[in-house]
Amino acid sequence: MPNAQSGFFEWVFFFVKTYGTLFLQGAGTTLLIALTGTIVGFIIGLGVGYVRAMPCEREDGAGRYVLLKIVRTILGVYIEIFRSTPMIVQAMVIFYGMASVFHINLPHLLAGFVIVSINTGAYLSEIVRGGIQSVDPGQQEAALAIGMTYGQSMLNVVLPQAIRNILPALGNEFVINIKDTSVLNVISVTELFFVSKSAAGTYFKYFEVFFITSCVYFVMTFTVTRLLRWLEKKMDGPDNYAIHGSQSVPDVELIGRGGERID
Amino acid sequence: MIDNKAERIIEVRHLSKSFGDHEVLRDVDFSVRKGQVVSIIGSSGSGKSTLLRCMNLLEKPSGGEVLYHGKSIRGEGFNLQMYRAHVGMVFQQFNLFANMTALENCVVGQMKVLKRSRTEAENTAMEYLCKVGMDVYVKAKPRQLSGGQKQRVAIARALSMNPDVLLFDEPTSALDPEMVGEVLAVMKDLASSGLTMLVVTHEMGFARDVCDRVVFMDGGVIVESNTPEVIFTNPEQPRTREFLARILEN
Repeated sequence: MPNAQSGFFEWVFFFVKTYGTLFLQGAGTTLLIALTGTIVGFIIGLGVGYVRAMPCEREDGAGRYVLLKIVRTILGVYIEIFRSTPMIVQAMVIFYGMASVFHINLPHLLAGFVIVSINTGAYLSEIVRGGIQSVDPGQQEAALAIGMTYGQSMLNVVLPQAIRNILPALGNEFVINIKDTSVLNVISVTELFFVSKSAAGTYFKYFEVFFITSCVYFVMTFTVTRLLRWLEKKMDGPDNYAIHGSQSVPDVELIGRGGERID
Repeated sequence: MIDNKAERIIEVRHLSKSFGDHEVLRDVDFSVRKGQVVSIIGSSGSGKSTLLRCMNLLEKPSGGEVLYHGKSIRGEGFNLQMYRAHVGMVFQQFNLFANMTALENCVVGQMKVLKRSRTEAENTAMEYLCKVGMDVYVKAKPRQLSGGQKQRVAIARALSMNPDVLLFDEPTSALDPEMVGEVLAVMKDLASSGLTMLVVTHEMGFARDVCDRVVFMDGGVIVESNTPEVIFTNPEQPRTREFLARILEN
C-alpha cells in the first residue's frame, strides 16, 4: 500500500490493482442498467408515442374516442411527471415509497432497472412521437391507399422510418443513461459510482479514485457512441445499388465512389 | 368512343366537401365506366385533387356518396381496405416508401393486403416493373432514383395490386420537363391496354389525345363533361373556353 508521501500515479496504480475487478463489476452493472433501461424505455416510448400520435376523431365511434382520450391523458401525466422531476428524486420516492407504503422491499438492482426504464420511457415517448411526425404524411397516405390498415401502415412504413430518424436521439439517451445511472448510488445500487465512492472513502483518496472512474465512464460512452454511429450507417444501406441483370440492358455496370465495380 | 353500356365502376353522387367554412366541392356527380380513361382538368384550387382523394377516402366527404360497383364505400360492412386495394392511386409526390427498395415497394401491399405469397408477389411486381421499364432498378431505394423513375415505380406499385381502376393525382406536376415524357408514355401505354383510369392533370395533350372523356372543374363544381373533341374544339361553357384559352396560350 502506498503511504502519505506516495505520488498520484502510485495511488492510481494501487487502486487499479486492488479494486480493478470491483471497478469492472461496477461498470458492468452500470452498462447493464443503462442498456436494459434504454431498451425497455424505448419499448415504452414506442407504445406511448404510437398511442399519442394516433388520429382520433369523434366520428370513429364515441366509445373509442373517449377511451383514447382517457388513455392519452394518463400517458400525458406520466410523461410530464417523469420529465419534470430529477431521476435521483424519482429513485428515492419509488424505492422508499414501495417500502413504506406497500411494504415491498425491491431488490436494489431491480429498482434501478425499473427507475431508469420508466424515466427513459417518458423522454423517448416524446422523441418517438416527434419521429412519427417527422415522416412525410404522404408515406402513410400511400400505404393506406394500397389498402393497408392504419396499424399495417405504421408497422411497415412509418415506424421503420421514424425509428431511423430518431436513432441519434436514442443513442444520446443511452449515453446519458450510462452516466446518469450514477444517481442510483442513493438507493445503494452497486454501479460504478457506488463502487468508486466506497473505495475512495476507505482511503480518503477521492481524486485518484474518481480519475479512474471518469476514465472508465469515458471509455464506455465513447465505445457506445461509435457503435451506434456504425449501426446508423448499416441501417442506411449502401450508397450505391446494384442494377438487376436484365436482357434489355445487358452491359450495365455500376462503379462505386471508390472506383470499385459493384455487382 | 364512349361505351355507355359498360359497367359503372365508380359513381360519385352529390359529393360535397368542406374544410371548415371553405367549400371545396359542391354537389359533384359523375361516374367512371369500365375501360374508360377520364381526365379531370381545371385550374389549381378547383377541387380536382380533393375529389380524387375523396374517392378513396383519404379525405372524408362532407356529403353525398361514392359507389363502388353500386355499393356505398362508407356503408356498413364495406371493406375499405379491399376497396382501396382495387382502386390504385398514383400521387403527385410519388410517395414511394422510402425505407424499401423499388421491388419491396411493389411487393409489400400484395403480401400484407392481398395476402399473396412472396414468390407470387415478386413475380407480379417484376411483371409490372418491366412494363414501366424499371426492372433493372429493382434493388434501388427511392432516394437513388430520379423523379420520373420514382413515378414509374409508383405506377408499377399501384398496378401490382391488379386494380380495377387507377386514380392519378397530377402524376407529372412534380417532374422536371424532360421527365414528363417518360411518365406520360407509360400512362398512354396503360390507357391503350384497356385499364380504367381517372387522371387529374394539367397535361392538355394527354387529356386531348388519350382520354375518352374530359371533365372540366371550376370552383368545386363540374362545369362541363364531354368528349375531348367537344371540350377542346367547341366547348359549351364560356368558363371552359376561358380556361382552355388561358392554358393553351402558355
